[in-house]
Amino acid sequence: MRALEARKANQGHWHQTLRNTPYTARIAALMQGSHWSNWSGYHSAQIVQDQELEYFAIRSTTSLFDVSPMTKYAINGPDAEAYLNRVTLRDVTKHAAMRVQYTAWCDDEGQVLDDGTLFRFSPTEFRLCAQERHLPWLLDCAIGYNVSIVEETEEIAGLAVQGPTSCAVLKQAGFVGVEGLKPFQMHDFDGVMISRTGFTGDLGYEVWCKSEHALALWDRIWDAGQLRGITSIGYAALNKARIETGFIVAQADFVAAWSVLREDRGRRPDEIGLGWLLDFKKGHFNGRRALLANKPKHCLVGLEIEGNIPADGAVVYHTGKKVAGIITAACWSPMAKRNIALASLDLPYGEGVKDDLWVEIYALRELRYYKAMKRAKVVPRPFVVLPRRTLTPPADF
Amino acid sequence: MSFDAIVIGAGHNGLTAATVLAQSGRKVLLLEASVEVGGGARTIEFHLGFKVSPVAHVVNRLHPKVISTLKLEKHGLELGALAPTVVLSSTGPVVLHGGWGDRLDGVASEEDRKWGEMRKVLLGQAAFLTPFLARKASQFGQFSWRDKAFLAGRAVTLRLKGREKFEDLLRMLLICVADVAEEYLSDDRLQALAAFDAVLGQRLGPRSPTSLLGLLYKLSGGVNGVPGGQVVPIGGMGAVAASFAASARAAGVELRCGANVARILVEDHRAVGVILADGSEVRARQVVSATSPQATLLGMVGPAHLDAGLVRSLSILPGKGNVAKLLLALDGVPDLAGMAGRFVVADSLNEVERAFNPSKYGEVPDRPVFEFVMDKSGTPDGAAVISACIPFAPYDLKQGWDKGRKALTKAVMARLEKHSPGIGKSVVHAELLAPPDLESKYGIPGGHWHHVDMSADRMLMLRPLHELAGYQSTIPGLTLCGAGSHPGGGISGISGLNAAQSVIAGDAV
Amino acid sequence: MKTWDAIIIGGGHNGLVTACYLQRSGLDVLVLEKNDWVGGAAVSRSLTPGFTYSNCSYVCSLFRPEIMRDLELPKHGLQIIGYDGGCTFTRDGDYLANYCDHDRHRREFARFSPRDAEAYDRYARDASRHTRFIQPLLMRTAPDPASFRPRDISELLYLGRKFGEMSGKQMAETLRFWTMSVSDYLDQYFETDVIKAYLAQSGIIGTALGPMSPGTAYVLLHHYMGEVDGSTGSWGYARGGMGAITQALAKSFEASGGTVRTGAGVEQVLVRNGRSEGVLLEGGEEVRGRKVVSNADVKRTFLKLVDEKDLPEKFVNRVKNFKIRGSSGKVNIALDSLPVFPALPDGSPCIRGDLHFTDTVERLERGYDDWKAGMWSKDPFLDMMIPTMMDPSMTSPGKHFMSVFVQYCPPKVQGRDWTDADRDAFGETVISQIAEYSPGFRDRIVHKEVRTPRELEAEVGLTEGNIFQGELTFDQLLFNRPVPGYAQYRSPIQNLYICGSSTHPGGGVMGAPGRNAAKEILRDLKRGTLSFSEAHDVI
Repeated sequence: MRALEARKANQGHWHQTLRNTPYTARIAALMQGSHWSNWSGYHSAQIVQDQELEYFAIRSTTSLFDVSPMTKYAINGPDAEAYLNRVTLRDVTKHAAMRVQYTAWCDDEGQVLDDGTLFRFSPTEFRLCAQERHLPWLLDCAIGYNVSIVEETEEIAGLAVQGPTSCAVLKQAGFVGVEGLKPFQMHDFDGVMISRTGFTGDLGYEVWCKSEHALALWDRIWDAGQLRGITSIGYAALNKARIETGFIVAQADFVAAWSVLREDRGRRPDEIGLGWLLDFKKGHFNGRRALLANKPKHCLVGLEIEGNIPADGAVVYHTGKKVAGIITAACWSPMAKRNIALASLDLPYGEGVKDDLWVEIYALRELRYYKAMKRAKVVPRPFVVLPRRTLTPPADF
Repeated sequence: MSFDAIVIGAGHNGLTAATVLAQSGRKVLLLEASVEVGGGARTIEFHLGFKVSPVAHVVNRLHPKVISTLKLEKHGLELGALAPTVVLSSTGPVVLHGGWGDRLDGVASEEDRKWGEMRKVLLGQAAFLTPFLARKASQFGQFSWRDKAFLAGRAVTLRLKGREKFEDLLRMLLICVADVAEEYLSDDRLQALAAFDAVLGQRLGPRSPTSLLGLLYKLSGGVNGVPGGQVVPIGGMGAVAASFAASARAAGVELRCGANVARILVEDHRAVGVILADGSEVRARQVVSATSPQATLLGMVGPAHLDAGLVRSLSILPGKGNVAKLLLALDGVPDLAGMAGRFVVADSLNEVERAFNPSKYGEVPDRPVFEFVMDKSGTPDGAAVISACIPFAPYDLKQGWDKGRKALTKAVMARLEKHSPGIGKSVVHAELLAPPDLESKYGIPGGHWHHVDMSADRMLMLRPLHELAGYQSTIPGLTLCGAGSHPGGGISGISGLNAAQSVIAGDAV
Repeated sequence: MKTWDAIIIGGGHNGLVTACYLQRSGLDVLVLEKNDWVGGAAVSRSLTPGFTYSNCSYVCSLFRPEIMRDLELPKHGLQIIGYDGGCTFTRDGDYLANYCDHDRHRREFARFSPRDAEAYDRYARDASRHTRFIQPLLMRTAPDPASFRPRDISELLYLGRKFGEMSGKQMAETLRFWTMSVSDYLDQYFETDVIKAYLAQSGIIGTALGPMSPGTAYVLLHHYMGEVDGSTGSWGYARGGMGAITQALAKSFEASGGTVRTGAGVEQVLVRNGRSEGVLLEGGEEVRGRKVVSNADVKRTFLKLVDEKDLPEKFVNRVKNFKIRGSSGKVNIALDSLPVFPALPDGSPCIRGDLHFTDTVERLERGYDDWKAGMWSKDPFLDMMIPTMMDPSMTSPGKHFMSVFVQYCPPKVQGRDWTDADRDAFGETVISQIAEYSPGFRDRIVHKEVRTPRELEAEVGLTEGNIFQGELTFDQLLFNRPVPGYAQYRSPIQNLYICGSSTHPGGGVMGAPGRNAAKEILRDLKRGTLSFSEAHDVI
């Protein structure tokens, strides 16, 4: 139990249900209306001004999105590598310092607890970023390991700087050499850590600093971006970009195992398109035995659907009759000019059986449902591939 | 050097498992950390010329299948005659003869009749449960057709006993012993005995729901074919262990004492042998561990080879002992109501409950209840030893066991003095073994007889954890065969036998 | 002489629920109540001018919404108000609050332990899983496992199928949950004592067990399986006090043509040739009825109202062995102003919820040790609320009614009957604990009513003052409640039924026993059950 003084200092938290992040003040000043949503108890902008324009900022200029509510754990110690190798699916011994690994982790039953990014600063220092909270699990995993796990969500501010001009904006802001960062590389610019990572499938960076320096950092980037179309964006625009890229989101495209109420709703990594993360050769990791003992029953696929009506939450049928699964995320893709969707299907649909899939769309139009049965085709993800995402150095604007 | 199987720990379960595996033609190495075999079943000279069984001191559930499979009688097992239980109370003694009092001395005839009624009901229920305890308990979700047929068979058998017995069992299975004792009995001493026998070795008081299970477990055992029977074995528990060891040697088991296993070697996700404390490595196709699941998996295998949820479950598994031993060397033979056998010192059920109360908070009772046996066979002429089991002595004692040992010894001696005046003066040596002492001296993990609490939520398919039911660990090639596995503690050998049969049946691949 | 279709002995909430359903199904029903008011233990009483007390039960969650709907209780004045907040004061001057909002709740727990704050999500998930398993069983008659009737077999198969649908891991978790102590159960999730103490209290309220007794994890569930308007696990106040529930039931009953007679205590159930024919009232009057339904607990019904010789010996023994153990008391207090708790910051919403002072599981358990020794707890557990914070109908503005539920309190004091001096000393133990945390508390008291099991038994008729009409241990749940072979609301005497909390699914102001009993009676009468809406789905 924490000491009395520390507890008393935090007694007043009940005054504010949604907490501010270091960047909330700046975003609030730009926001028209009040389009906040709750991300792990923090203010997160849904729309700042106009979601269409915000989307195009991601794809044409530079967008700023506050990722501070991301749960962050500092994982340090002599056993940190071995510890993470057992926690996560990928081989952490192959994870070089000053690089970032996209990864996921499972419970004993091989069900995915979450996905996230693992930052390695040195042989013994890591940071794990995830959408959900995992402290009890991470501490349980530490039994028998010489490793410390400390949550640092409040201490570290995160800002996603994404879009074709993002490199130029950061250079303008004085981060000289940022153009040399390859995807998943990071570099420390005098206390500002910049990683070439993101959730948009576009050229982009995530900028991390101590919370107390966050506002100055925002201003520095904001001012540097003025000539290059910098725009503060909300999740609505980001969501469209991430669907085009085929990225998944916990509690939207799959139910995280720790929260599953109905037992069959958890998912294995290979049931949500993360089979490529599994490394059965690296030694033991949580869930390995269960994953080998059982077979996947579901899959997550990209669908291209006829017409232009987004198919969120729609039921997927085979031959128009047999239920094959459900659409977990969908949008009209401005970049691909196609009606796209992510779908969770029950095998063999989506892998063995790909033909004759249909989506039943209900669209509410002026108090009447428009119902349509649209043909859907399984297509590879990402739906949109942008060469600029990986080009190093990026084009200068 | 390579073996078909390595068995870790030469207690009765390890000895049984090793012998059964060797009997099947396997080349077996049995490793014991201590200098002698026996585990909880041993006899030592604790004072010059005085021998005593420092851990277990009566035989009351040695399984007939184990006796016959190991041919223990041929290898020197001599149990002797059934010993009575004598309840020593401030209102005079009660003597229970035969198997848990098929005949009583010292109670009114109406009470005698009520006792008989209760005993019959309880023995009937225990007999119904016995087959469950004799066979492997498969994991939930992995029941074979045999398991299902067995369960269906038991259900039909029960129903055929008539509605009343069927209903009684369903009602009483998870009840507290106090409710049953008070429903049937009015004599404080008999109530006290039922309560004591139910909770000895448990983390429960007689008024804790599910405490009747402890009594049913006790009554599911017995000796010489007498349910609920007990003997104080000739030559002490060490002689019992010696017969196990003789059987093991005869079957060709290679027995190595003083061989402390530091780690179980896991290669390519499979147990392939052990590394001893001296650094030497011994390989085998199968590793079978008779020590506790916690010590085996957390200590010897290590978390790196296990899933984190399992590690968490193991790390909070209740594996701390709750019973202390007091050993007394006496230069005279005390007069104990003119009786010999097992003595239980408790005045009433409520007294047992009151003794339980402080143990919940890491304290020892001011007025302990306890059982003891007196033995004259391993002592100089005219002398005797007393070995007492004192429940409600928590491993983690708030005041520390340095103080606790003195306090508890004094409290026990005070009660003994009442029943045998002058006994205190005849003590030439006294030794109190708290659970941490049982751990350090006799290698009993956590000083817990049962390795893992024998609570209702840790029995059958839930013992020790549902993932580990059916004797197989999550590591291929590593089998658990100790008291932490189904059916649990007591000098029975059945978990060792079942685990070995499970290996022979090929479960461990 | 008139022969009623059905006579209900006792106008508690379950008796009234049974009465309502039977009356609505076309029977001519009479409710007999010994007191001058109906309501049993769900009453609002005015014991001092200007204040209404919920002087027995004091909060509502378990009352089944299906019943409120079927019996049109809102139309007859029932309104349930959910509440937020509540806290446990710690001895070091802090407090652990409880908030409905998920993030606020987590941050509050994180003040004590960030780990436990997150572990709470797992805990809540697992508790929901167990609740989902038990909820559908509430509105079903428990099967008789010894019976070979198709109905019992199919009901057993239903239970088996529900269990069989689970994964092996979940089966294990479920079985363990049913046999564990709430303390052991919480140890699996949490490390902070005050958090465990706060959650453990739901495992002991109303039972004669301590938090370390196996079986109390189930009791925890019993307090979680209710709801306020679909929000599972939430608790609320009945506007106007708990009597609002029974008043609405009585009005609904009378509106559908039923008859209530108050001041009519039943002396005996009339039995001839193994069939009940009516009842004998305390004044000597006979009332005839084709069906007699007792809302009294199983001991009172069969050991007091029925002649032992009319019952099989085994049945009588089992009824005698049925455990009804008084373990709680109540102090009801009228206050002329809102008490102040300096530990709470100004404006804290906690004061609107349930307040407690027991900040460790050990204190809770030691309180139980006192009870086992035949005494009320020296350091009792209090479940304390001020419903007038949210309900303006119970007193005038600025004044407050405070309900203090107290555990543990024995049915007899060290084996002898309670005296008035004992009762006053018990009340003083409670008041002094509150005053320790709330300076000036005594000066605000306008009136107080101290109720020990003695008062509860005398007024409401609950044996030993047990609020659940029988312990909720496994030997007294489902097909074992109240006794094996008679868990389907019937009795060895033909036409005599029981409908109180002694029957499945047990105590709390739930109404489910009353509804289930009515269904069985109608089944025996071969009448339809059109007035019953189907039980809500758990999906």
